[in-house]
Amino acid sequence: MNDKLPQPPRLATWFLHLFLKNELRSEVTADLLEQYDEKLAGTSRFRANVNYWYQVVHYFRPFSIKAFRAPTTQSAMMYKSYTKTSLRGMMKNKLHTFINITGLSVGMAVAMIIGLWLWDELSFDKQFSRYDRIGQIKQTLINNGELQMWSNLPWPLTGEIRSNYSSDFEEIAMTTNYNVWLVAMGENKLYENGIFAEPQFLNIFDLPFISGNEQSLNDMSSVLVSKSLAEKLFKYEDAVGKTFSIDERMDVTISGVYEDFAKNSTFAGIQFIGAWEMIYRKNEWKNMTDPWRPNMFFVYTLMHPGTSYQHASEKIRDVKLRNVNETLAKKKPALFIHPMSRWHLHDEFKEGKEAGGRIQYVWMFGTIGVFVMLMACINFMNLSTARSEKRAKEIGVRKAIGSLRRQLIVQFFFESVMTSLFSALIALLIVQLSLPWFNEIASKQMSLPWMNIKFWIGFFAFSVFVGILAGSYPAFYMSAIRTISVIKGVFKAGSGAFISRKVMVTVQFAISTLMIVGTAIVYMQIQHAKDRPMGYNSKGLISMWLPFNGTRERMDAVRNELINSGSVIGMAEAGSTTTVAYSSSSGFDWKGKDPNLSVDFNTNAVSHDYGKTINWTIMHGRDFSTDFPSDTSAIIINEAMARFIGLENPVGEIIRWHDHPLTVIGVVANIVNGNPYQEVRPNVYHLFEGYEGVLIARLNPEMSATQAIAGMEKVVKKFDAGAPFTFQFVDDAYQEKFGNEERIGRLSTIFASLAIFISCLGIFGLSSFMAEQKSKEIGVRKILGASVFQLWKLMCKDFVLLVMIACVIAIPVAYLFLSQWLESFVYRTTLSWWVFAGSAGATLLIMLVTISWHTIQAARVNPSQSLRSE
Amino acid sequence: MIETRIGDFEEVVMLILGILPKGETYAFRIAKEFSQQTGREVSIGAIHSTLDRLDKKGFVTSELVNSNGSRGDRQKRIFTVTALGKRVLKEALDFKVGLWKQHPSFAAKFNFG
Repeated sequence: MNDKLPQPPRLATWFLHLFLKNELRSEVTADLLEQYDEKLAGTSRFRANVNYWYQVVHYFRPFSIKAFRAPTTQSAMMYKSYTKTSLRGMMKNKLHTFINITGLSVGMAVAMIIGLWLWDELSFDKQFSRYDRIGQIKQTLINNGELQMWSNLPWPLTGEIRSNYSSDFEEIAMTTNYNVWLVAMGENKLYENGIFAEPQFLNIFDLPFISGNEQSLNDMSSVLVSKSLAEKLFKYEDAVGKTFSIDERMDVTISGVYEDFAKNSTFAGIQFIGAWEMIYRKNEWKNMTDPWRPNMFFVYTLMHPGTSYQHASEKIRDVKLRNVNETLAKKKPALFIHPMSRWHLHDEFKEGKEAGGRIQYVWMFGTIGVFVMLMACINFMNLSTARSEKRAKEIGVRKAIGSLRRQLIVQFFFESVMTSLFSALIALLIVQLSLPWFNEIASKQMSLPWMNIKFWIGFFAFSVFVGILAGSYPAFYMSAIRTISVIKGVFKAGSGAFISRKVMVTVQFAISTLMIVGTAIVYMQIQHAKDRPMGYNSKGLISMWLPFNGTRERMDAVRNELINSGSVIGMAEAGSTTTVAYSSSSGFDWKGKDPNLSVDFNTNAVSHDYGKTINWTIMHGRDFSTDFPSDTSAIIINEAMARFIGLENPVGEIIRWHDHPLTVIGVVANIVNGNPYQEVRPNVYHLFEGYEGVLIARLNPEMSATQAIAGMEKVVKKFDAGAPFTFQFVDDAYQEKFGNEERIGRLSTIFASLAIFISCLGIFGLSSFMAEQKSKEIGVRKILGASVFQLWKLMCKDFVLLVMIACVIAIPVAYLFLSQWLESFVYRTTLSWWVFAGSAGATLLIMLVTISWHTIQAARVNPSQSLRSE
Repeated sequence: MIETRIGDFEEVVMLILGILPKGETYAFRIAKEFSQQTGREVSIGAIHSTLDRLDKKGFVTSELVNSNGSRGDRQKRIFTVTALGKRVLKEALDFKVGLWKQHPSFAAKFNFG
């Protein structure tokens, strides 16, 4: 066998061998292979595979099919009869069949989609083969009186660990923070995400290399690029050996190409990995005055097999503490190793300890999936039992003419398994069709594992299980009824069936209420945070990230040209835009500060026009002004900082920053530049005589945005022709802060509505049976003078009671979970009673509307019709 | 057609069997030739099942031969038309030609010899 040749789909061959006569196997396999090879040579692999399937399916012919060991004729006949009766039963009661299959298939589809989502979340980062041994060194430290967790570390740390603790780690590697860099290849300039990593990085993470190997980062000027970047830069040429420049100051040579990182990977979106040595030398970090001070780097480790993270964490705990200066030592930095398996799902820390994170959504959706499936099964069982009562006569007759109990049991199981298998197939179709849309909402790349045998085994086992579960009541209970009583017509389902049905309906309503409340609160929380005052006016504000060499004079020229062009009405420069805080510092000191207090305040270097451009609110004092040359040693602080340092009137006070005295000239309203659900951190704004990289401008409101931006582009291009013109609306950047929660909100809305839909289908079906059963009673009551409304009330009464019980169960549970969920946000909405009342009301209303269709119809029937028969 | 003892598709398959060089008359090759001659895609399974039927009627025979290709040793079932098969083909042709000759609007225009 030639192993190099691609093999046809294994599943197809397996299927072929399953049915094909043994004596034909070798010749047919050979023929199909020849066909496959020819297709491979002529078209794509995919087309060849499709054709192979086509050929296999077309071999399914009488002459070629294996003679299966025929079941005994009698039982074959019985199965034929079961199929026939089941189909007849289904056709006879179309509404029932439709409700059953729709409910079950929607439920199964939801469960499958949630299953895929969970699978995707839980397999995060698992593409790395040393997954179980990889960790990241992080630190906890005390800032502003609270114990925080930081992932960034100072660069001398790896050297220290390598020389003193090398026996505890198989490998250790440092990388820079993820960052956007200007990648240039001649005239082709792009902004790309990249990192610079020590060569050991490749011994920890096995990259999906297309070319290159573990040694590819050893050379200082080497760089690894992703396949997509290689294609962008060099089209279809071989990229290895080609050169390009990063930020127009580092010339690098491609030493390898890797397959893009999967979307469910920590490194998703990293387009290149440069050599650490390169940036280390270019930035002259060697000459840093206090290299243990800035925390800018990520450190990854590979543990020896069998070494516990805990053990190694304890050993390296104080490595940083021993090396930092006195001020920083007050923060008590403690190192620990965070295992890779917890990076994604357990990424939130509180008081220095893991405090959940995405894992809570995994639990939430897992629970929803189980609930939805449960509801679908409840429906199926309820309707099956309700219907089986109507079939009591059929069973009686069957028994009278000699049917065995065993045969009746098989009959019922056969019916329900058939229904559930059919629903499962429809569910598969629904999933396949809705997956692209779902991927869009969830921002994932999921697909059905068509080729995974385990998936299929699970799929069939699950549908058969659901079928057996749903069929069990009618199968065992109904088959045991006494022939004589049903034939006489005195049979009535036992009270057991009645109570269990009520319990099941209550559970459904409870789950529905829970979901309505939950979704409402998630949305209220998002809206609450969105309505929070931002501290500035974001309308028409855009930020740009321009890495060009801008001096004061040059920036003034840019501003003048921009304002003269009429496209903007204000422009300023800053170190961070208004939605983020890129830098922070701990070197602050002021009158009355507790000497043991360690602080960390956000800092933002801004130009004079910053406040005017973003339109911030000055609470006390004044804005920066060119009229005061002394403003170069002045700062403006935010309200959070004023409160934190606790000075009565901070304006005019002196705050020392690394021993430079700075005067507070103003206090501004808090600007939400961090997590919108948490408190705003203390922030210092200071003037900076240079250009820090971010340009903020307010577009002219009298122009359309596209017009204004086109005008801006022309001006900016004049000053820096090469760099790609990229910008972001501050509004958009602000909205992105809510992306995660909004995604969760949207997903839970979809699932909740589907769950409610399923339970409505169920009670719709039940109410139709009830109306039918009570038709005589209604007829008699009508004759005696009952009105339609009274009859409707009579029939709804039972259901209303069930809804009330359901609400009593659901509301405390909802309150418990939601108040716990809201605890994780500092800035949170309140759980007011009317949300619960409203949700209960909504459940009641939905239920009443659903059952009214049948009840009103039944109540309006002319009594002569319902009483005439018999 | 009952009169000719073979159907159209069977007739074409048997004719192709005759056209193909010796040793190449196995299902895949026939299916390929069929597609080339008719311009219509046909699955190997369809050809194989027809050949199987013709075999049962005694119009073709087959034998397994070994050969090797790019994927190593393999077996081919080579089909050949039997004497009976040839006679049936001829009968089918004669029958149709006979009908054509009786057809008033065509008989005069074509010379069927």
